[in-house]
Amino acid sequence: MNPTLASAAEVAVRKSVTVAAPIALAFEVFTARIESWWPLASHHIGDADCAAVVIEPRSGGRWYERGVDGVECVWGQVLVWEPERRVVLVWQLNAQFKFDPTLHTEVDVRFTAIDDGTTRVDLEHRGLEAYGADALAMREAFGSPNGWNGMLDHFAEVAGTMDKAAPTH
Amino acid sequence: MPLSKAALHARRFAALGDPTRLSVFTLIARSPLSVAEVAERLPVSRPAVSQHLKVLADAGLVQCESVGTRNLYRPDTDGIATMRDFIDSLWDVGLARFKAHAESLARSRAAQSSKEKP
Repeated sequence: MNPTLASAAEVAVRKSVTVAAPIALAFEVFTARIESWWPLASHHIGDADCAAVVIEPRSGGRWYERGVDGVECVWGQVLVWEPERRVVLVWQLNAQFKFDPTLHTEVDVRFTAIDDGTTRVDLEHRGLEAYGADALAMREAFGSPNGWNGMLDHFAEVAGTMDKAAPTH
Repeated sequence: MPLSKAALHARRFAALGDPTRLSVFTLIARSPLSVAEVAERLPVSRPAVSQHLKVLADAGLVQCESVGTRNLYRPDTDGIATMRDFIDSLWDVGLARFKAHAESLARSRAAQSSKEKP
């Protein structure tokens, strides 16, 4: 559809959201309570139901999910850990939502206090050009029940329950 | 540019918002099919299948290719663009849920601390 995109140096998604919460709380919810808001709770990568998604609070830490069976599945790692300011995560999930150690994309999240009770969160998910080599795998991802189609069902469901909670751009 | 991107995004979601169309899309995502083949697999007439495929194609979700005398539909899978769009919508939903959860927690903590104060 857009042939120039494939050769672009860097492909990224950028989002900003303003949250009516103090910066400490916003950071805590984002990093320590992921499973409370992560939209893919029903589309996690492990075989068992997902009990928690954990970001180890240090640079070099792991980022993983823990199933109710106790099995841990790695999503990536923590590249930068600056409490209440910034966290950079390496996202190594491929098009099938499986861990792929050869895949390297980054989720860079910055927190800025607007005032005591308001925080702006700027998120950049970059390095998406890494998915270029995965174009064939994308075809399979479309068809798998835990792949794109399944997630779309989930999105439609979640999006239907959201109206005023939509992020600002 | 952001507006047209948002518009394209909205169109994709709208295109998949119809249960029958989502079924059509799911089918051809598994393997490329002609209009007739889709109609054989779903309780939908050929003209209706054609119409659904047209909406999906307009939304940039499927492509039509001619193989011999057959017109086959397959997902429009520019790997990067598709993945980018997917991740874009992932964070839209994720951040909206994050915002809702953080704000409700902030409200309940504020209510609690005002209760504790004399």
